[in-house]
Amino acid sequence: MKLREIKELLAAEVIWGENHLEIEIDTVCASDLMSDVLALGKPGMLLITGLSNVQSVRTADIIEAKAILYVRGKKPDQEGISLAKKKGIPLLATKYLMYQACGLLYQKGLKSVHD
Amino acid sequence: MAKNRSDERENGLIQQFSITGGDFYHAGHVSTQIKEILKELGIDPNIVRRAAIAAYEAEMNVVMYAQKGLFTLEVTPQKIHFFVEDEGQGIPDIELAMQEGYSTATPEMREMGFGAGMGLPNIKKNSDIFKITSEVGKGTVLDIIIFINQGKNQ
Ligand SMILES: Nc1ncnc2c1ncn2[C@@H]1O[C@H](COP(=O)(O)OP(=O)(O)O)[C@@H](O)[C@H]1O
Ligand SMILES: [Mg+2]
Repeated sequence: MKLREIKELLAAEVIWGENHLEIEIDTVCASDLMSDVLALGKPGMLLITGLSNVQSVRTADIIEAKAILYVRGKKPDQEGISLAKKKGIPLLATKYLMYQACGLLYQKGLKSVHD
Repeated sequence: MAKNRSDERENGLIQQFSITGGDFYHAGHVSTQIKEILKELGIDPNIVRRAAIAAYEAEMNVVMYAQKGLFTLEVTPQKIHFFVEDEGQGIPDIELAMQEGYSTATPEMREMGFGAGMGLPNIKKNSDIFKITSEVGKGTVLDIIIFINQGKNQ
């Protein structure tokens, strides 16, 4: 699934990375616990989180996630946005709650990092 | 004279970074830098990723549980070596601390996304040699080695 399709499905706002919306996503890891993401994450995945501080972007960079989707209307802080720019990690934000966002993407066939 | 990266790859590199306890704003900064250095050295991306995960969890522990720390990065053609020494509260029961899910993190730390009790086990998982020693009231030392040409990636 293209990041653009994810954006449309979830009525998400692009916080940064308009030019990165053509990337393909096939796996997802959703968590607010960055240690879990560090333990379970896989390169190339989409990170879905409600954690909006700079650690979310640091974690995505370390684990080599391709993009971050913030849920429940959360938005990353300025520090997070500038790090994402530097690392080329697009940031999306949706009003959907974690469960809804995950459910909608699961229906579209996106896989868990655990598969 | 500044050495270029290929010299460093052959002759080895040592670099030190200080970490300030309680500085959640910069937490993770050192690991981000270390990851960039390892990438630039042309080390296998899988190994760089494992090293970055271990470095990040080690750095977060210093920020969360110590007053200050010194992170030494040493790279030789054979291995990546992290030596992380802190001055802090220390760990009374290392065996317990090594268990998945064990954590003494505060609610504030959990809000930052840390404190799941997965850090030390994950450092161990991602390293080829992992040693931890600690003295209560003094501090903790982590000795982490990740082999570049052998070890868990092969
Ligand atoms: N550098 C350190 N200094 C003091 N205590 C530490 C240090 N690192 C880890 N600990 C202790 O070990 C526990 C487990 O650490 P870890 O596995 O990283 O999980 P977490 O950081 O999520 O609690 C911590 O909650 C803390 O009590
Ligand atoms: Mg930890």
